[in-house]
Amino acid sequence: MKKQAIILFIAVLLGLTSFTLSAASTEGLEHSGANIRDTASLQRGAKWYVNYCMGCHSLQYVRYNRLAEDLGISEDMLMQNLVFSNAKFEDTMKISMQPKQSKAWFGKTPPDLSLTGRSRGPDWVYTYLKGFYQDENGEWNNTMLPNLSMPNVLWSLQGIQTPVYRQETTDGYTHEVIDHFELTREGAQSPEEFDQTARDIATFLDYAGEPAKLKRKHVGVWVILFLAVFTFLAFLLKAEYWRDVH
Amino acid sequence: MAKVESGMSRKANALLDWFDARLPVRSFWETVMTGYYAPKNFNFWYYMGSLALLVLVIQIFSGILLAMHYKPSATEAFASVEYIMRDVDWGWLIRYMHTTGASFFFIVIYLHMFRSLLYGSHKAPRELLWVFGMFIYVALMAEAFLGYILPWGQMSYWGAQVIINLFGAIPKIGEPLTQWIRGDYFISDATLNRFFALHVIAVPLAILGLVLLHLVALRENGSNNPDGIEIKKNKGADGHPVDGIPFHPYYTVKDIFGVGMFLMLFAFILFMWPEVSGLFLEHDNFVPADPLVTPTHIKPVWYFTPFYAILKAVPDKLLGVLTMGASVLVLFFLPWIDRSPVKSIRYKGTWYKVLLTLFTIAFVRLGLLGMAEGTPAQTWEMRLWTLVYFMFFVLLFFMSPRAKTKPEPDRVTH
Amino acid sequence: MSSDDVNKGRRRFLVATTSVVGGVGVGIAAVPFIKSWMPSARARAIGAPVEVNISKLKEGQLLKVQWRGQTIGVLHRTQAMIDGLSKVDSRLVDPESKDADQPPYIHGETRALRPDYLVLNMHCTHLGCIPQLIPQVGPEPFDEHWNGGFYCPCHKSRFDLSGRVFQGVPAPTNLRIPPYSFLDDNTLIIGVSPKGAV
Repeated sequence: MKKQAIILFIAVLLGLTSFTLSAASTEGLEHSGANIRDTASLQRGAKWYVNYCMGCHSLQYVRYNRLAEDLGISEDMLMQNLVFSNAKFEDTMKISMQPKQSKAWFGKTPPDLSLTGRSRGPDWVYTYLKGFYQDENGEWNNTMLPNLSMPNVLWSLQGIQTPVYRQETTDGYTHEVIDHFELTREGAQSPEEFDQTARDIATFLDYAGEPAKLKRKHVGVWVILFLAVFTFLAFLLKAEYWRDVH
Repeated sequence: MAKVESGMSRKANALLDWFDARLPVRSFWETVMTGYYAPKNFNFWYYMGSLALLVLVIQIFSGILLAMHYKPSATEAFASVEYIMRDVDWGWLIRYMHTTGASFFFIVIYLHMFRSLLYGSHKAPRELLWVFGMFIYVALMAEAFLGYILPWGQMSYWGAQVIINLFGAIPKIGEPLTQWIRGDYFISDATLNRFFALHVIAVPLAILGLVLLHLVALRENGSNNPDGIEIKKNKGADGHPVDGIPFHPYYTVKDIFGVGMFLMLFAFILFMWPEVSGLFLEHDNFVPADPLVTPTHIKPVWYFTPFYAILKAVPDKLLGVLTMGASVLVLFFLPWIDRSPVKSIRYKGTWYKVLLTLFTIAFVRLGLLGMAEGTPAQTWEMRLWTLVYFMFFVLLFFMSPRAKTKPEPDRVTH
Repeated sequence: MSSDDVNKGRRRFLVATTSVVGGVGVGIAAVPFIKSWMPSARARAIGAPVEVNISKLKEGQLLKVQWRGQTIGVLHRTQAMIDGLSKVDSRLVDPESKDADQPPYIHGETRALRPDYLVLNMHCTHLGCIPQLIPQVGPEPFDEHWNGGFYCPCHKSRFDLSGRVFQGVPAPTNLRIPPYSFLDDNTLIIGVSPKGAV
């Protein structure tokens, strides 16, 4: 049996060489450092979100009362700081903007962001929020979503950055790529402060994508511990009976 | 005459008598448990059967609970899954049980099938046991495919689109056939609703029936073992195989331990890492299905990717479908392809160890390539391993009757 | 052999211990699945308590709101209405509301926390129609000695100004009272009992 296991192991190992997971790759993404266990960051992220993003982007699967519970704040504190409509504490985070109108205004309906943290990952959100720049046409552009229709709603905090290009040649074809950004107009926050803001929002969306994440690992530890105790007893039981079998 | 069981009170015994006079309770217990003698040298590979049964129970249980909240309509499906994940108390646990169980089902089944390749459990007189198992495997693949559309995410929609379109490759009847499968001119609510009915009722019933047949066939000839020798050939004075031990209590007790180990691994994934970096829960599926936006990279879930790679390896659509079908079909005929006089790898020559190793590498490598984008270099590699995959069966057929074997022992070893 | 006896004892112990731990595990594991049947967050949101502003509710007026799929009425009773309640006791099925579906903190003839505000589940206890409020005292086609109350048009059940059912009508019991309490002098909340109420 050992020989077969070794052969299988080596076979799988050989097979796994040069393996790249194509989806969910974090290539080209900045590391966000988002940590949903940092409750302060989560609270700030929620505050940034409802103040800057929720005018256009709903969170239709997130409920206010659940948010209060997970953020560790009271109903009153939530209603005062995070609810600007006549939504009730038990309601979901819907917005009043009609999809048809927003499509007419922006060319595309701003999507609901309940699951963006899960489908794209917090690093993507972080890089996206930091990736807005003003291009040669004076229009808003973004490194993650080129030629997008969304303006940089956080520009007053971040400031305005413009790209500095460099030449790059691939396969004999020379083109311009962005080398780095220059902050041509300062915002209310320093670059470090804005990084934290982007981090907070990424953390909040990471949480919004899967609120259960706050709880499941904790439950899991207990389940696995219990199972370990049970399995140990089962092992003793098996060994005891198998004494009969030489 | 009522038999007083050891360790049972008189009252419990009387109750058992009442049932036993009306249902074959005692004789059934004797037939499948205490009187069913299994080889004593079962190793790691022999846990998989009982574990597969456990995962089946887990899937049915979690599936029923999910169906209490899920809405099988194109407008409500995606939202109903998020409802389960957020609004239903412990709904996230039920959902992760089902997604984790789906992947673990295939892990267990692949290991279960691999055992047969190691020890010749598919060979006479167990050919039908193997064939029933293959039908269960195909039913399982259907069940997984049908189930994956239900969350109605981008991958649900587009994965179904790709696979159903394959049927369009069949000449003449292809187009009408795809319409008949979809129930519409494109993948829609009609498709989702019928896939739901098939996934929740039809295929599970088929699987249960096939599992029953599989177990009856197993009971008929008894189990094989790592040495590949028939323990029934060597019976003791009591009429039982000398190398056999009653299933109960020895294998009930051992399988309970196996269940414990399995559940620890299962719980680890479920609670700590349910997505497995997008392998068990694909990131694109957290985006609602959009018929107007094709995902950059459509690929099936990991357990289908070896066959997907074989499909992609063949440049022609119809030939690709036929080759992919053949790669599953060939497995049905394994009992007749493997013509070796000995069952177990232990007593076949080195040639078989080499062949099986290459086959395993091919299967794993095809699986990985099936997940990749499919650059020209990767496509050539897919073709290489597809060749290796089929050559395993070709070489096995020709070499197995001729190759030198080692002498089989009379009694089981380890 | 003596070693066999020792083995059997150990076996019984191990079987028992493993079974108990396994049983406890199954029991604990069952809890989340059973809990998943409880009303979800969405159901709790839809069935959330309803605040009612009674500052503008005039005497003799009836205000209706929806709570958990039921029509709840709030009647601002006059002193005359309250005083007249004892007059009809002999004609009622259950004047002391012994068999009525009402919270334990609702007592007496007035069947209310504050006698001037009656809070009622408006659905007739016969087959669920909504009775009409007929507050005026005087003979009515359905009752010569009408002292004000509720009259159900569907099958002609009658209730007094505390929702108590009259004898000789199809409805078997008094109109139900939902849990409620006062947030302040101007606000009722349907669905929440008073703090510390028994």
